Amino acid sequence: MTAHTQEAIAHEERRYFQVFIWLGILTVLEIGITYLDLSKMVIGGGLVLLAASKAALVALYYMHLAQERPTLTWIALTPAILCIFLILMLLPDLGAITRLFTDAVGAAPAASH
Amino acid sequence: MTTATATDHHGIEPAESPLTPESWGKLGMWNFLAADAMTFGGLLAGYGALRYGDPTWPVPSSILGIPLTAAMTFLLIVTSVTMVEGLAGIRQGNQTKCVRFLLATVLGGAMFLGLQAYEWTHLIQHGQSISRDNFGATFFILTGFHGLHVFSGVVYLSVIAIRAALGKYSAENNNEVEIAGLYWHFVDLVWILVFTFVYLV
Repeated sequence: MTAHTQEAIAHEERRYFQVFIWLGILTVLEIGITYLDLSKMVIGGGLVLLAASKAALVALYYMHLAQERPTLTWIALTPAILCIFLILMLLPDLGAITRLFTDAVGAAPAASH
Repeated sequence: MTTATATDHHGIEPAESPLTPESWGKLGMWNFLAADAMTFGGLLAGYGALRYGDPTWPVPSSILGIPLTAAMTFLLIVTSVTMVEGLAGIRQGNQTKCVRFLLATVLGGAMFLGLQAYEWTHLIQHGQSISRDNFGATFFILTGFHGLHVFSGVVYLSVIAIRAALGKYSAENNNEVEIAGLYWHFVDLVWILVFTFVYLV
């Protein structure tokens, strides 16, 4: 990222525009997928994949991670890795809360007798 | 590390070379963004936990306006392009191009904030609030925290645009523009995730 010749900058500008087009296409796909008659799991998975692709495009090309040293990419990825770890650690609690709601809904008719 | 500067590559052992040879400030910004990303990650994980555990959670599209926020998403993507074009401008030594694209980025950010204010006003008038339920709490905290970042970015880029107009940057000296750009692209990146998880999923 040190040498910025006119030719290199012109090449980068073309790439910026290509990435912009891809971001637009992926956003349209994201909105479109929500209208499809698919299971919530499939739609959710598709949306996560599309959002991750968009985020990666921004980080790699607009934030220039593709041209930086790999260690910087690891610094950038650390929060995502920790976030996934946090979600995994929260999973047992999510199950407990869901059971609490399920039990409450199931117990309501029984209590009325 | 000795007194060797970031640009003095030849005398430095590879192990001592910084991750971002052209600027320590850039490394500082990346570290800040990593920390900030953890805050957003915690908020998003908390949102997911509350939502997953609540079978009565409303379908977001039944309350939130998807077309408006899709337009806001597109607007932020456009500002990312104007931001990198501003950087490309100063790297070409074109001060006018840099200032114009930076101002376009500031304008786009201000328009985003205006649309968010309109969205919030509409939702509050229809009974939503931060204290009404977990849906309202997570929605207003997540979008509000992001909006605060956009506001900070608008102020930050305004200062950079003024400095660019005063001729503080050149084809050889533009690290401050690149560092400000990193912050702005991060704000765009986070919105991509907020838009997906809060509005679409």
